[in-house]
Amino acid sequence: MSPTQWDLPPELCCRPLAFVALTGLDVVYNAVHRAIWDAFCANRRADRVPISFKVLPGDHEYPKCRTKRTSYEWYIPKGILKTGWMNKHLNLVPALVVLFYELDWDDPQWKEKQSECATKVEIVRTSLQGRNTKVAVVLIQKKTPLPPGEDVVASERASALCNACDLSGKSLFVLPHTDHLVGYIIRLENAFYEHAQTYYYTEIRRVKSHKEFLNKTTHQLLFVRHQFKTGFFSELKQDTQNALKYYRTAYGLVHELRAHETNMLEIKTMAGFINYKICRLCFQHNTPLDAIAQFRKHIDLCKKKIGSAELAFEHTAWMSKQFQSFGDLFDEAIKVGLTAIQTQNPGFYYQQAAYYAQERKQQAGQLCSHEPNVGYPTPDPLDTPGAALDFYGQRAWRQGHQSIDPPDPEKEKKGILALQLKEKDIPHSVRVQTDFVILILFSSKDPVKKMLCPSHRHTHMVQMGEEYYHAKDYTKALKLLDYVMCDYRMERWWSLLTSILGTALKCSYLMGHVKDYITYSMELVGRASTLHSEQKSRIEKNLIKVLMNEVPDPEPECDPLSVKAARALWNERVSLAGSNEFTIEVQDYVPFVQCKAKFLSPSFHVDDPVQLNVYLRADCPHPLRFSKLCISLSNQEYNQYCVVEEPCNSKDILEPSIQENMCLVPGKIRKYSFKFVARFEDVGKKIEITGVDLMLGSDSGRCVYLNWRGGGGDAASSHEALQASRSFKRRGPASDSLVNWDTVTIQASTMVISRVPKVSLQLRHEPPALNNEMYCITVTIESQENTAAKDVKLTAGLKPGQDANLTQTTHVTMNGGEMCDDSHPALLPDIPIGDLQPGQKMKKSLFARCVTTGSRIFLFHVSYTMNTSVEGKEITCKCHKDETVTLETVVPFEVAVKFVSTKFENLDRVHVDVPFLLMTDILSASPWPLHLVTSQLQLAPTMAAIDQPESQVEEIVLQTGESASECFSLKCPPVPTGTSSVASGQYVVSWKRKSTCAETPVISTVVTLPHVMVETIPLYVHADLPSFGRVRESLPVRYCMQNRTGLVQDVEMTVEPSDAFMFSGLKQVRIRILPGAEQEMLYNFYPLMAGYQSLPVLNITLMRFPSVAPALLRRFLPSRIFVKPQGRPGDASIAAA
Amino acid sequence: MAVCVAVIAKENYPLYIRSVPTQNELKFHYTVHTSLDVVEEKVSAVGKALADQRELYLGLLYPTEDYKVYGYVTNSKVKFVIVVDSSNTSLRDNEIRSMFRKLHNSFTDVMCNPFYNPGDAIQSRAFDSVVSGMMVQAC
Repeated sequence: MSPTQWDLPPELCCRPLAFVALTGLDVVYNAVHRAIWDAFCANRRADRVPISFKVLPGDHEYPKCRTKRTSYEWYIPKGILKTGWMNKHLNLVPALVVLFYELDWDDPQWKEKQSECATKVEIVRTSLQGRNTKVAVVLIQKKTPLPPGEDVVASERASALCNACDLSGKSLFVLPHTDHLVGYIIRLENAFYEHAQTYYYTEIRRVKSHKEFLNKTTHQLLFVRHQFKTGFFSELKQDTQNALKYYRTAYGLVHELRAHETNMLEIKTMAGFINYKICRLCFQHNTPLDAIAQFRKHIDLCKKKIGSAELAFEHTAWMSKQFQSFGDLFDEAIKVGLTAIQTQNPGFYYQQAAYYAQERKQQAGQLCSHEPNVGYPTPDPLDTPGAALDFYGQRAWRQGHQSIDPPDPEKEKKGILALQLKEKDIPHSVRVQTDFVILILFSSKDPVKKMLCPSHRHTHMVQMGEEYYHAKDYTKALKLLDYVMCDYRMERWWSLLTSILGTALKCSYLMGHVKDYITYSMELVGRASTLHSEQKSRIEKNLIKVLMNEVPDPEPECDPLSVKAARALWNERVSLAGSNEFTIEVQDYVPFVQCKAKFLSPSFHVDDPVQLNVYLRADCPHPLRFSKLCISLSNQEYNQYCVVEEPCNSKDILEPSIQENMCLVPGKIRKYSFKFVARFEDVGKKIEITGVDLMLGSDSGRCVYLNWRGGGGDAASSHEALQASRSFKRRGPASDSLVNWDTVTIQASTMVISRVPKVSLQLRHEPPALNNEMYCITVTIESQENTAAKDVKLTAGLKPGQDANLTQTTHVTMNGGEMCDDSHPALLPDIPIGDLQPGQKMKKSLFARCVTTGSRIFLFHVSYTMNTSVEGKEITCKCHKDETVTLETVVPFEVAVKFVSTKFENLDRVHVDVPFLLMTDILSASPWPLHLVTSQLQLAPTMAAIDQPESQVEEIVLQTGESASECFSLKCPPVPTGTSSVASGQYVVSWKRKSTCAETPVISTVVTLPHVMVETIPLYVHADLPSFGRVRESLPVRYCMQNRTGLVQDVEMTVEPSDAFMFSGLKQVRIRILPGAEQEMLYNFYPLMAGYQSLPVLNITLMRFPSVAPALLRRFLPSRIFVKPQGRPGDASIAAA
Repeated sequence: MAVCVAVIAKENYPLYIRSVPTQNELKFHYTVHTSLDVVEEKVSAVGKALADQRELYLGLLYPTEDYKVYGYVTNSKVKFVIVVDSSNTSLRDNEIRSMFRKLHNSFTDVMCNPFYNPGDAIQSRAFDSVVSGMMVQAC
């Protein structure tokens, strides 16, 4: 039984094309003929008519036509469809035979040639005896023909030729052999195509005409055959719609056939053919849903038609083929442009095909397991007299047999036996079949991959892996299974994982892969496996054997032959010394030992021992003895402290005593505690568990290290931990002896931190700091250690990491006696203090100068070293203590400055050479009393003091909110013309806090005085008069007018009368004052009333400077004067006042 | 009636899976696992359109040769999968729906059990009996 028996015949799968035979062409020797033939067959694109051409010799023998039956009355058909039929009509019986003949209309030997042509036509006709095949003649001519109707000779001779050859005019063509060959050929082709279609049409009619002779009882097979034939002819005619119709009818009819064991195969074969045709046409018509529906119907109908139970594998083989060919059709359609969806894609069908192929193999295994002495029957019942069977799907030993019972039961038995033996006995049968399954799976992998459908792919890969396993290609099987295993493990599909692991274990056993074997058994024994405990127990025993360097028992259900080979392999492994140490990274598996390691605290002080617990739990059915547990830490120097080792002999491994420390009892948690002293260098560093290694077995046998990266845990533990955290079973801290496994959390890293310092750090200061002052902070360090603190260092100042501007504007020093400047740093690092004896106190003062206001954080950091002992080990510890303080800086006082006239009127501008007053006002904003040491006025050259200015606020103490004022009399010397404002100078206030001691430097705060507007006036007036007058006593007044310009000025002066005064002098006068000169005016006022009295108003008008208002000048003059009443004579008190 | 009933957690691992004991259990596991892709696809396709008014019943996920696989997704993305023998043509969509509804109700009861830890495999006798009611009695 060749593996291709189930393949669909190629003539079924191809697209039927009309068959046209070309004769009379000598394509080998005649260049013209060659060119014509090439034009026919080259470039057959979709736009050309669908014809298959063939060159045949003129005397070719076409298949003989059987004599037509006139009556079907006594005819009993022997089968449904003859095996040769499709091929016959595709490749042997042409629809049209074309005879090529070289003949020009004006050929000199026309008569002879004409008869020769007629003879050739006759030969063709004879060989087509009984067929409806058309014959056409093409004359190859050298000349270009004239347009029709013009060449009289041509039309005459053409009709003569037609008569001679017994051809209709439509069947005679002329092919001028000129430049436009291809164009002519295409026109010829189209004409041929029409002829061919007519031929197939008549064939369809012919087949249909048989129908009336048939009856339902005896000719059921013929109904199917005829429908199939009409469908096939319709396809040849390119009438696919009708073809589909006929095929559908045929499909219906095939299932109406009486089915019994003997013809089941034939029915299924035909049904498969017709189904294939239908699906193919449906896809071609772009109705994929119809195709799918048809296929489903087909499968539903045929699934149960198993036929002979002894040959059940044939059925599955057939089913597999059905799915595969449908998958192919689907895939083909997708390539052409159909879009598949997730639920409908070729992958499904391939998968099913593979599934059936696997089943076929199983059934073959069951049905064909004959005793070895059962020989192949002779003579071979499968031998057919001809080359092939006459009808599709029949048995070789009873061809054409159509009754229910087999004609010869003995022969039947032999036939079946032969088939079974064939299925089994071809030595490479399994192999070929497996390859075939893998081929199907590989081809199906592709569309599925394209569909991005991961779990489907996984299923495929599992199938493939298992196929490889059956094919004994274990390496490939493991590769595939390993890949899928990971995903199933991640997705927590334990049942699937277990099943794959089982196969993988068998593979590794058969290959003698020790490491893989251990890995798989480890997981199969563990908690993720869904195996029964007996199976687990068996696997664990095997595992222990492997650990003892013995040969494990074979896995059940393995091929005995392979087991033998595997045993040999294992024995070899056992005798082979070395390479008996394996490290298995169990992090990504679910091994049968669970491990959780934790540091007892997230941080340890350097003077405390670092403590760490490792919890182990075994999930296997039997107790397990291990020989070593070691923990690797990020600093490898500690590793030596974290080892438990107890070498075990083989007896221990076989029968571990439960009491032993190194024995893991299933379900019980073992805790191993480790303790070590961290090194002084590791302060501030992290200690991490980089791995936990558990050694199983012994050095003498095999040893296996189970290695957990980090603090343990495996592929399943994170989910378990999550579930446990949600669970109601979560309890409070369990007692040490009874640890709840789920509540143990992994803590894989810890920090080593410095020892807790036993010093106190006290700060004394008086916040807030005042701007620019030397702010004093007193630090008191007191040691509370038991031993001397050595090498004490203080770091003090602005805490690093704040605004960069603060670093620029803060300066610290330890020396309070001098002022800080920019050269001083913001932070004083590591000021050595020396040693501190227990209980000793140390005081230090820090002076900070804050140039800007705002808040700052100051840091005081004391570090020291000291010796201490941990766990009997002397270590030197570094301790440090930090203290920070946030400090506000505020402005100590505000200085307000104003310019007033000598009459204390506010001035917005001053006049050249006219005296005015500068008033300063110091308002304390400090919460602490301020001591003003002195103040100083530093005048700009543009200002001049009228007398020597002296500080009036010296040694004054200002409380919060109090203010101190000063007043200076100033004058502005003449300025160059065009200057509008002048600088006034600076005001320097020297101060300090009241509370500070004497040596604290005095702070000088400089206040820049505002610029002032300066104006020159053309005429300056001032009055000279006594400070008071007395009623009825003469009061002499002198007005001086000074011309301050370079011009002669005309001044008009009037004195307005006043009720309070009588006066003598010029009441109205116009005078002329020379440049720079001064004019004096003398008046005698005579007060009439006592009290403050307004003086008579002096109006001065400058003729030359009308802009200078009299009011301006009036400001320089006093407006009022106090007039004392006239006292009684002798009243000394009044006189004194 | 169903031949396999499965409850799949949000993270796509099985919470409960039971099949007709007479047949190859593993095959059903594969079938259910394979169907999850289709479930994901359907959920994400629907999710975009109408997140809140989602129909929980996903309908026929895909027909295999012998079985029809139906899917249902609760609002908390727990999936129910029911596998039905495809020879059982009498089963209508409505009946499948009602099976799912029953399953969902029973699942809700399981979730309401204060001793049940969501995410653990379902081990409930009540749930078992509801599922048994849906399964084909071995025949």
